[in-house]
Amino acid sequence: MKSFKVLGSGCKNCITTAKLIEDKAKALGVAVEIEKVTDMAAILGFGVMSTPGVVLDGKVVHAGGIPQPDKVAAWLQG
Amino acid sequence: MFEMFTRLADWTISDALALEPGTKLADAVHFFVEDTTKIFFLLVIVVFVMGLFRTMLSPEKVRGYIEGTSRGIGYVLAVILGAVTPFCSCSSVPLFIGFLEGGIPVGVTMAFLITSPLVNEVAVVILGSIMGWKMTTVYVVTGMSVGILGGILIDRFHMERWVEDYVWKIRMGAMTQTDADGSIAGRVRYAWGEVKDIVGRIWVYIIIGVGIGSVLHGYVPQELFSRYASADNPFAVPVAVLMGLPLYSNATGIIPVAEALIAKGVPIGTVIAFMMSVVGISPPEFIMLRKVLKPRMLIFFGVFLTISFTVVGYLLNVIFA
Repeated sequence: MKSFKVLGSGCKNCITTAKLIEDKAKALGVAVEIEKVTDMAAILGFGVMSTPGVVLDGKVVHAGGIPQPDKVAAWLQG
Repeated sequence: MFEMFTRLADWTISDALALEPGTKLADAVHFFVEDTTKIFFLLVIVVFVMGLFRTMLSPEKVRGYIEGTSRGIGYVLAVILGAVTPFCSCSSVPLFIGFLEGGIPVGVTMAFLITSPLVNEVAVVILGSIMGWKMTTVYVVTGMSVGILGGILIDRFHMERWVEDYVWKIRMGAMTQTDADGSIAGRVRYAWGEVKDIVGRIWVYIIIGVGIGSVLHGYVPQELFSRYASADNPFAVPVAVLMGLPLYSNATGIIPVAEALIAKGVPIGTVIAFMMSVVGISPPEFIMLRKVLKPRMLIFFGVFLTISFTVVGYLLNVIFA
């Protein structure tokens, strides 16, 4: 089970990012848990200023925009 | 090089739609076809090229560049980086907190946030190719000056007390640089992703902007503007600024409207004041910034920008009279 956190204020790009991970996980048959983090203190606590950001198993793997689909696939398969 | 867009527009009215040249409809359609194709063409090229080099410029990096510089240099650096750093407007809040946490003064941070929507490289290239380099230089210099002045005033009058208290308590975790793919294939992929993202976000503003420009160009008589919006009317500038306040568009979308206004003989200062008011002040951004700024700071911010744009309008009308 991979645990993802999507960091963002709840804007459109953040929702798209969460959905992208969810869809890719479904397509690849990987079990995931996705949490949307909107609390500013928590987002900055991860060292991220530009949202959306993505945290995989406690580690920041992406910040500042919607991630590329192949990058998402690599996180899921890695 | 841009003749192909004019020819495409010529062909559209004469061959494709068989419109009578010189009619209002033909003029409007010509404007629409020429501007839409030219703007989207330039938009894709500029965003793609910048995207190739851009993996290196992020708000996290910018914070590092500004941190520790003297205030004077900080303001200038902030407005320059504000113009070229891409970030989703929904990042304004974390960016604001992150800058303050890094010890960057509130004024320098605000200078960055003021300039960011006003000036960007896409708007500069499109403005330059449609309206010439004089207008572009004036626009860029004005936008950056307003940002610097706003920042200086905010620090001079110690407005940091009007930042929400919780902001100062937030501690930022170790900054993580995510691995950017520096290979050519990786850069091309990133740049293409940027094109899709940005075009997807601003195409509506461009279509609306060109649409309004076309109607102004084809249907609104020149006398209307020379009667009400000439430099002789002292109210033209403030009215233009006030009209722009509730409207919001991306910097690129407002260019065709400005183009049509200039062509109708509206003075350059009035047009630039209107553009900046539409682009630089937007209700959604105010709502977002309310999360980190107390109401008094927001009021200062709004009033300062309104007055600045008005002064800029008068000043440019006098200079370029």
